[in-house]
Amino acid sequence: MIETHQLGKSFHDPERGELRAVQDLNFRCAPGQIYGLLGANGAGKTTTLRMLATILAPTEGRATIAGFDAETQGEQVRRNIGFLSTATALYARLTAEEMVQYFGRLQGVDEALLRRRIDELFERLGMNEFRRRRCDALSTGMKQKVSIARTLVHDPPVMIFDEPTGGLDVMAARTILGFIRECRERGKTVVFSTHVMSEAEKLCDTIGIIHQGRLLAEGTLADLRARYALHDLEDIFMAVVQP
Amino acid sequence: MKLRDIGIIYRKEMKDTLRDRRALISMIVVPILLMPLLTIGIGVLSAEIVGRAMEEIPKVMILGGADSPNITAELRAQSDMLVVPAGSDYAQQIEDKRIRAAVEIPPDFDASLAAGTPSTVTVYDYEGDLKSGIAADRLQKFFGDLRDRTVRDHLAAQRLPDALIHPFEIREQNVVSREKVTGAMVGGIVPYFVILLCLTGAIYPAIDLTAGEKERGTMETILSSPVSRTDLVFGKFLTVLTASLATAFLAVLSMAVSFGIGKGLLMSLTDAGQGNDFTLTINPGSVAAVFAMVLPLAVLFSAALLAIALCAKSYKEAQSYLQPLTIIVVVPGIVSLLPGVDLNARLALIPILNTSLVSKEILMGTYHWHYIALIFISSCVYAAAALTVAVRLFEREDVLFRT
Repeated sequence: MIETHQLGKSFHDPERGELRAVQDLNFRCAPGQIYGLLGANGAGKTTTLRMLATILAPTEGRATIAGFDAETQGEQVRRNIGFLSTATALYARLTAEEMVQYFGRLQGVDEALLRRRIDELFERLGMNEFRRRRCDALSTGMKQKVSIARTLVHDPPVMIFDEPTGGLDVMAARTILGFIRECRERGKTVVFSTHVMSEAEKLCDTIGIIHQGRLLAEGTLADLRARYALHDLEDIFMAVVQP
Repeated sequence: MKLRDIGIIYRKEMKDTLRDRRALISMIVVPILLMPLLTIGIGVLSAEIVGRAMEEIPKVMILGGADSPNITAELRAQSDMLVVPAGSDYAQQIEDKRIRAAVEIPPDFDASLAAGTPSTVTVYDYEGDLKSGIAADRLQKFFGDLRDRTVRDHLAAQRLPDALIHPFEIREQNVVSREKVTGAMVGGIVPYFVILLCLTGAIYPAIDLTAGEKERGTMETILSSPVSRTDLVFGKFLTVLTASLATAFLAVLSMAVSFGIGKGLLMSLTDAGQGNDFTLTINPGSVAAVFAMVLPLAVLFSAALLAIALCAKSYKEAQSYLQPLTIIVVVPGIVSLLPGVDLNARLALIPILNTSLVSKEILMGTYHWHYIALIFISSCVYAAAALTVAVRLFEREDVLFRT
């Protein structure tokens, strides 16, 4: 479960002064659901998800992830999430297996269980072929699979994806989207951000449209279609951000 | 703080660092090769240069001396120099290195020698030039021998003993141990290199583990794991410290081997012809003590480099911040090598310089325990301060996510 209440983040910029990247953000995502944050570049998606992953500290409001407070219980929050973004790269000089093992150990997974999980994940994701290959020698698709295995190694109840298909080719993007769906089927709470309308349409149980740091509209695709009397999500998005 | 997490981070970072070619070069290749290159390489090269210069028969010019045929004939007969015809442009010829030196013989020199009247012989040379110096030395030796011979002849003519002009001998005798002699000669150099290599060995891992991680996009990955930022800094810091100490240790090891091999060369260069039994003696215990003194300095370097490199957003930017540090470290190192700079309570508080000075003393076998304690404590305080800064910086979002 993810819940935010009046969540906000301000940055101090030496040239532009105080910048409110996110403000008054309220949303809720239940287990077995996918919540999609839809917004243009710079809308505040990454900042929001970084706050949920406790990488950034909120300056206003609060967020609760798997029952833990993002600000005061950062470590417990991070034990219960899998965080994947275009910025979460792999250690180039580690092998695929070492990479997953490293994060499993940091998550405190017991060694015997960790070995089992790694075998299972590598089998499931078809990664055995490049198991002992260094990450800098992997293709983009292979790297994405290693990242997925990294986020799943501790079997977290909450998954956070920040533009997970950014910069990927069709094949690699499909792997990721399939994986996000699988997370929902396994009863995980999933929040993901995107600016690709088709992804949001296909995957999300609830869509939140974020613009200039504020959540301007929220609902299921059917809700939004009914509210704005438009069918196409892109048209709905434009109607929300440029009324 | 969780030791388990620090251990996991440390093991991973060490594995990563040992697979980084750049880090391996600065940590292993440079310290192992630098010392033999500096001692044996430079030793062999200078022995070769001096040897060749000594073998050359220098061209010299005799100015004047037409009325002193005995001396000029004797000079021409010398096998270690070649007399060329005189010319008024002798100074220019010396400057152009066409001749190495010239000697001016005063008028009626043969006659003055016989009569015992004082006169002056002038040797012209190119000061600072090795080959000109050798030629001038040979000329001076020739005239020095001639003067001694003349005095002896005069004494013999008057039936006086030689001892009249040599009533006593002056002898210099060293009273301190070989260890102290070595300490005084190379005591400044050894800690200087150890300190410098402690820094250079830490630079690459420090950059790679901070700015490098930001640049490659793995910083966000690691920050999304449950490890606390303090543990993350400690794991990274221990990796940088290991690299720093490994570099310094390999440098000392390589230095010991090079001194062993290069001893013969140094002997031939420094004490050739003086008959001294010159040996370099470094006590392994003293080296271990120097290492113990360098330890807090390595901690300071590792933490400071980590903190500075973290502020950079790319590898290149971090390099431009850290490279000038090698110059900053060189300055106190050089100051400690200056004659007359000795350890006192005030200097004991200046980082780097204090360690350099105390290490010099330790290698000479002198242990000023109160200074050693003061330096160790002050270095530990500086190191702790640098480590605290590094931890604080890892908690700052504007530093971690600088764009």
